[in-house]
Amino acid sequence: MFKKVNTSKSVAKDRLKLVLIHDRCNISPSVMDDIRKEIIDVISKYVDIDVEKLNIEMTDVEDEGRKTALIANIPIRN
Amino acid sequence: MAKVFVITSGKGGVGKTTTTANLGVGLAIRGKRTLLIDADIGLRNLDVVMGLENRIVYDLVDVIEGKCRMKQAFIKDKRCENLFLLPAAQTRDKDAVSPEQMKTLIAALKEEFDYIIIDCPAGIERGFKNAISAADQAFIVTTPEISAVRDADRIIGLLEANEIRNSKLIVNRIKTHMVKEGNMLDVPDITDILGIDVIGVVPDDENIVISTNKGEPLIYKGNSLAAQAYNNISQRAMGDDVDFLNLETNEGLFSMLKGIFKR
Repeated sequence: MFKKVNTSKSVAKDRLKLVLIHDRCNISPSVMDDIRKEIIDVISKYVDIDVEKLNIEMTDVEDEGRKTALIANIPIRN
Repeated sequence: MAKVFVITSGKGGVGKTTTTANLGVGLAIRGKRTLLIDADIGLRNLDVVMGLENRIVYDLVDVIEGKCRMKQAFIKDKRCENLFLLPAAQTRDKDAVSPEQMKTLIAALKEEFDYIIIDCPAGIERGFKNAISAADQAFIVTTPEISAVRDADRIIGLLEANEIRNSKLIVNRIKTHMVKEGNMLDVPDITDILGIDVIGVVPDDENIVISTNKGEPLIYKGNSLAAQAYNNISQRAMGDDVDFLNLETNEGLFSMLKGIFKR
């Protein structure tokens, strides 16, 4: 009923998920920043994108246990 | 032909040695001829947890270096006739033995036992590599804390890289009141994160400290929840399907009242 969202264990769980995504694919946050920047540069050559609203990150793949994926959600300005 | 289990974790102090001792007893009292090997060379503890520290004459390194015959180093358990311990050396370190030597040793032992359980040291270096070298199956021990789960994840990756798949998880030291308060990761949280199946959940139990003080594995005292959990793990390790315990049975009126007065 009342979901306790800010329990310390939910904080732990979120932090763990994030830390493991990076541990598993061996990409440091600074390399991630480089990847992000270069993706933005490449896409920007072809379309006008909304840099404020984009999202490029590592995530775990649903239902595939230990696999990671790089996902990018890049809004394009018309 | 023995099945070889390695009890590993990455993180230190989460309960590998306690688990090795109790699982070993659990299998032996069920009639299985079982050998426990302490692979924590230089920091041996399985002997003390089993209460066999005064019986060590030869150890794992002596056997591998040919200073004695294998059987001379085995220590027969005080209480259970099917159970044997091969202790670690205390005055050497993990470089005294190589993964290949461990493999050769365990291959020679496989005909003599139904189960061989290897107590793996903490870490991911030589000691870990030695311990996993001949394992058929790994049981990964973790506690419900961030550091332990993080390290367990790394271990799963390293095991897979060494062709050891289908590892099972043992979640140790669950405190049900903290789980209820939302202050401790629960078993579904942990399996969701690690992506492997659970073979056992052991509640935090002060009796474990007492049992180690005495050198008498807790599983011999069947009544506490932790002892029951270890019995269930032993059954599952043998391939039986056993329901998981309801760990809330010990939360009585007292704990409920404590909870009310805390606020």
